[in-house]
Amino acid sequence: MSVNWDLVWSSLGPMLIGAIQGTIPLALASFVLGLVLALAVALMRLSRYRVVAAIARAYVSIIRGTPLLVQLFVIFYGLPSIGVTISPWPSAIIAFSLNVGGYAAEVIRAAILSVPKGQWEAGHTIGMSRRQTLVRVILPQAARVSVPPLSNTFISLVKDTSLASLILVTELFRQAQQVAAFSQEFMLLYLEAAVIYWIICLVLSSGQSLLEKRLGRYVAH
Amino acid sequence: MSHTEPAAGATDAPVLEVRGLRKSFGDHTVLKSIDLTVRRGQVVALIGPSGSGKTTVLRCLNGLEVPDAGTVEVAGEVRVDFAAAPSRGQLAALRDRSAMVFQHYNLFPHRTVLENIIEGPVQVQRRRRAEAEAEALSLLGRVGLADKRDSYPFELSGGQQQRVGIVRALALRPQLLLFDEPTSALDPELVGDVLTVIKELADEGWTMLIVTHELAFARQVANEVIFMDGGVVVERGHPDTVLRAPRQERTKQFVDRLLNPF
Ligand SMILES: Nc1ncnc2c1ncn2[C@@H]1O[C@H](COP(=O)(O)OP(=O)(O)OP(=O)(O)O)[C@@H](O)[C@H]1O
Ligand SMILES: [Mg+2]
Repeated sequence: MSVNWDLVWSSLGPMLIGAIQGTIPLALASFVLGLVLALAVALMRLSRYRVVAAIARAYVSIIRGTPLLVQLFVIFYGLPSIGVTISPWPSAIIAFSLNVGGYAAEVIRAAILSVPKGQWEAGHTIGMSRRQTLVRVILPQAARVSVPPLSNTFISLVKDTSLASLILVTELFRQAQQVAAFSQEFMLLYLEAAVIYWIICLVLSSGQSLLEKRLGRYVAH
Repeated sequence: MSHTEPAAGATDAPVLEVRGLRKSFGDHTVLKSIDLTVRRGQVVALIGPSGSGKTTVLRCLNGLEVPDAGTVEVAGEVRVDFAAAPSRGQLAALRDRSAMVFQHYNLFPHRTVLENIIEGPVQVQRRRRAEAEAEALSLLGRVGLADKRDSYPFELSGGQQQRVGIVRALALRPQLLLFDEPTSALDPELVGDVLTVIKELADEGWTMLIVTHELAFARQVANEVIFMDGGVVVERGHPDTVLRAPRQERTKQFVDRLLNPF
């Protein structure tokens, strides 16, 4: 079997455009929004008000207990039947943010709980309020613990954005599909897409190592 | 330390007055009715067996636990009667006037030594950073750690971390210093440095309530020793009396046991 290098080369442009204009911004936007949501949900989970904690727990349970593809389809194909129509890009961002929000909330909650109780007390004895202690003492320490698991969440998200091709978002995988359908070179083009995903994830992994080093500068090795 | 140094001379005004302090966890009554007075410039040592409630006393005074009953008055400025649930403001007012030194230091691991010390003065007391830093550096110099200002806690020995813990407390300019077994987590050869620092603070006239198992230190530094057991004060008095010739049998047993562990 000989490789059609011309096709590899000519399809690279559309795929990279798909990655740069679709996959990467979609993943970034969803991750940032998802993290904000996750922090709120994690704090709700830790709230002493039971109703608040229960709402957060239900949300996490639903997100983790249902397929991402189903969540995506409910938002894009389901909501219009009750009169709410959202176009592909916002639908994808909403679905992925909600998803990250559920998974990352558990990571952040565990990280907050992993900070020793003595740190809360040290904050209080120097006169800090709960909120100040949370922001200045607890969260910075929780952040360090969260980096590895949140990096995994982000890397999964980058790959999961390929599902957005099913609601017509032009991203890396949809570009591969279109060129493949036109040229009938399925193996070649899907492998090419796979390699591009892989490279993106390699870059992200090395970013993770850098971040871990930077945040870990205050712990003994 | 110049401007944080308490006024010498006025040694009779109570800085801390505790009456009828009671605290239960569930149905376990840990403090039954504790009375305590610490006068300005005095050092009071709190001793007693494990589980007798010493830490709980300090935590109640610093607002880390809320007592079920009793009154706490600090510096004649704040008086909280715990018969009713205290407001956040009342707890904050108590906390503002005392500072706690923990058994396990509880320094902030993600901040340097200097940052640890100025956190309270700058973030809570809203003092100017430059001024807080200058004061922190002079305090650090006093405990022999000026060169560690930019170290992270994990780079310090236990004795150094505890001295930073003490400086962090001093930097808040409290009326009252609370120590919870400040040397019991330390390797034996590091205990001396920390006790020396505390002794110097006593000589400078700081008002202190110290939970400790170091009886020789208590005898040397304290004006009064209080022996607690089972959530009550069993005996209190001059260190030479309580530690050398206790009147109560329970005190005698405890002291003998600490002096002759085998
Ligand atoms: N938060 C808590 N919840 C339940 N029980 C507690 C709590 N804090 C303390 N206790 C109990 O209260 C009792 C007194 O504890 P405390 O820590 O005050 O004793 P201590 O005199 O400081 O002892 P040690 O010398 O071991 O430090 C112990 O029986 C302890 O188990
Ligand atoms: Mg204790």
